Amino acid sequence: MTSRLLRVSAIETLSPLVTRFRFEDPEGALLPLFSGGAHVVVEMPDAGVLRRNAYSLISDPMDGSGYEIAVRREDGGRGGSRFMHTKVALGDLMRISAPVNLFSLDLRAKKHVMIAGGIGITPFLAQLKQLARLQMPFELHYAARSRAEAAGLALLPASPQVHVHVSEEGNRMDLGAILGSQPLGTHVYTCGPEGLIEAVAETGARLGWPKTVLHSEVFMAPPPGAPFDVTLAKTGKVVTVGPHQSLLEALEQAEVEVEWMCRGGACGRCETGVHACHGTIEHHDHWLSDDERASQTKIMPCVSRFTGETLVLDL
Amino acid sequence: MTIQFHDETFRDDYTFHNSPEGIRRFPFPFDQDSYMYSVNLEPHAGGKAGSPFEKRFDVDEHYVAEMRDRAITLAEDPLRCQSLPHMELAGWDFLELVMVSKSEDYPELFMLNRDGDRWHWINRPLGIEQRFTFLDATTLPCGPMEYITRQTQGDHALLDQRDGNLWMDAGMVTSQADWSLDFDIGMNFFEWHAPVPKAHELGVFQRALKFLLNLQQGAPSRRLNWTMTVNPRLDTSPENYHKWGPEKRTVAPGNVGAKQYLRVELQTLWRLPRSNAIAFPIRCYLCSLEDLVTVPKWGRRLHRVLRDLPDELAEYKGFAVNRPVILDYLAPFDDGAPTSPGIFPD
Ligand code: HEM
Ligand code: FES
Repeated sequence: MTSRLLRVSAIETLSPLVTRFRFEDPEGALLPLFSGGAHVVVEMPDAGVLRRNAYSLISDPMDGSGYEIAVRREDGGRGGSRFMHTKVALGDLMRISAPVNLFSLDLRAKKHVMIAGGIGITPFLAQLKQLARLQMPFELHYAARSRAEAAGLALLPASPQVHVHVSEEGNRMDLGAILGSQPLGTHVYTCGPEGLIEAVAETGARLGWPKTVLHSEVFMAPPPGAPFDVTLAKTGKVVTVGPHQSLLEALEQAEVEVEWMCRGGACGRCETGVHACHGTIEHHDHWLSDDERASQTKIMPCVSRFTGETLVLDL
Repeated sequence: MTIQFHDETFRDDYTFHNSPEGIRRFPFPFDQDSYMYSVNLEPHAGGKAGSPFEKRFDVDEHYVAEMRDRAITLAEDPLRCQSLPHMELAGWDFLELVMVSKSEDYPELFMLNRDGDRWHWINRPLGIEQRFTFLDATTLPCGPMEYITRQTQGDHALLDQRDGNLWMDAGMVTSQADWSLDFDIGMNFFEWHAPVPKAHELGVFQRALKFLLNLQQGAPSRRLNWTMTVNPRLDTSPENYHKWGPEKRTVAPGNVGAKQYLRVELQTLWRLPRSNAIAFPIRCYLCSLEDLVTVPKWGRRLHRVLRDLPDELAEYKGFAVNRPVILDYLAPFDDGAPTSPGIFPD
């Protein structure tokens, strides 16, 4: 994973829970451009634990002067977002990976419809800028519980194609109406809670939309859980995974090499063979097939966990 | 280092030839005495000085003649260059990658000045000077992919990434080993690889695709592929099979050393920034058997590889009919001595 050290050049509170960070090259060099929907992985040295969290880029993909992300503070999470909110200061140097896109626009589309729930607005902020440049027709729907929580509001352009739905104000998003009135050749992108992604899929299916034009960002933060142990087949070494640590992070701490890229269960890079399993793997990824999951012969250490007697990995 | 560009042809009178340095830098593809398909990918992060792996886009003594040959093929068959409408952005990404790389790697041959979106490009070997506006196709004589690939050795495919697959949605293909862009356009990774024997069963394509979907910007990859070609012909396309297919029958014990070429493709893979597409340049190198055997290690090894190659691969690569003549020619250069690991001469 290529990465570079960048300086924190702006920190801005967008809402009580969401903060925007801007990173620039310390020498002012231009950063590689990217495509809308790309994310970077941010390294956080947090009290002896090296955390790596992925965040969608929200800045203009065609502007190499800096990268921007918006981080929502998750107090029940594993601590990465809390670190960003409480420990990071202007001028700090942080290690940021090269951009990777697992949620790109389908440029064949006649029109792009984007549906965001909550912090799921982030990948669309960059895509909007890309679409404006490419002069492609689009429509964005952004659902939030309350205006105060809608961190994206400050970052969205005022445009007739941008629709904000605040449920507290009785203006709920009507997926049937949105999907029911689109021209042929439209592609739909959803990012937000699992429930929203499922609702769009169901509405699309009901209205006869082909699956291939419905895209969603399935990317996720590793969920916390109960601690567990894994055994490494090659050395017999036992590694303990803490409650707020992913298996991947625990392996890295134990200096065991595992490849990774998205750290969110989407890219497949960290796929690891299971030598023996007495118990249940909690698969949280979006990569393995149902058969592979059921067979318990593979695990994605970036997001998945384990409960039971013993788990022996091909490492 | 100044490159002496050859005045030579890849058709009709076939005056193509390698200089002694050209032979020594030939990317011999076998790192051991046997060959089978594998996921033979490695980082494209430079290589031995003077080798074709050193620069991002290798420019060699055949550059000018190859570009002339491409122009002839395109004039006869414009469908060798196609780009579906959604691939124009990828074309610009690729144009940028080539212009930036070549002007940095070969400052004496290529020059690029950029003032915002106003670009000025000079290609000295081909005598081209162009001012244009980046991302504005009306300021170039043709689309961005066609423009830059008329000035870049090797065939090129631009792959769109979507639905967990890669799609061949644009390309410039005039020096191919018997496959057709017009046939493959719009196909996905598994569809266009369908004719390849054995590799599917070995899981090569499954694993290669997983790797490519994760390819990162700034971390290009490369692999070598090879086949055998009679006469130094770049355009061995299905479209023109009637022109080159019959030439296979002209190979005989007296001329095989001069007529039979080992054809090596240096394939590189690049993630493009704005489009998230992948660029796949397929750079072709040709070397006759009589030139190859001047490197003793290569003579020994090529004999062993071709002798032991499974029939299906020799059939697929199209030289099964001439394998006996080729082996008879190579056998005297194989004294049974062990060969050193790696592809380079001893
Ligand atoms: C994404 C970029 C790639 C493109 C556009 C591409 C395209 C092609 C095409 C058009 C053929 C000829 C098939 C035919 O007979 O019609 C071919 C053959 C083949 N490809 Fe790829 N390929 C790509 C990447 C790869 C990679 C990464 C591998 C890695 C293992 C691979 C392995 C092969 C093999 C083994 C053959 C058979 C070649 C021979 O024996 O001559 N390809 N490819
Ligand atoms: S790192 Fe991407 S799936 Fe685990």
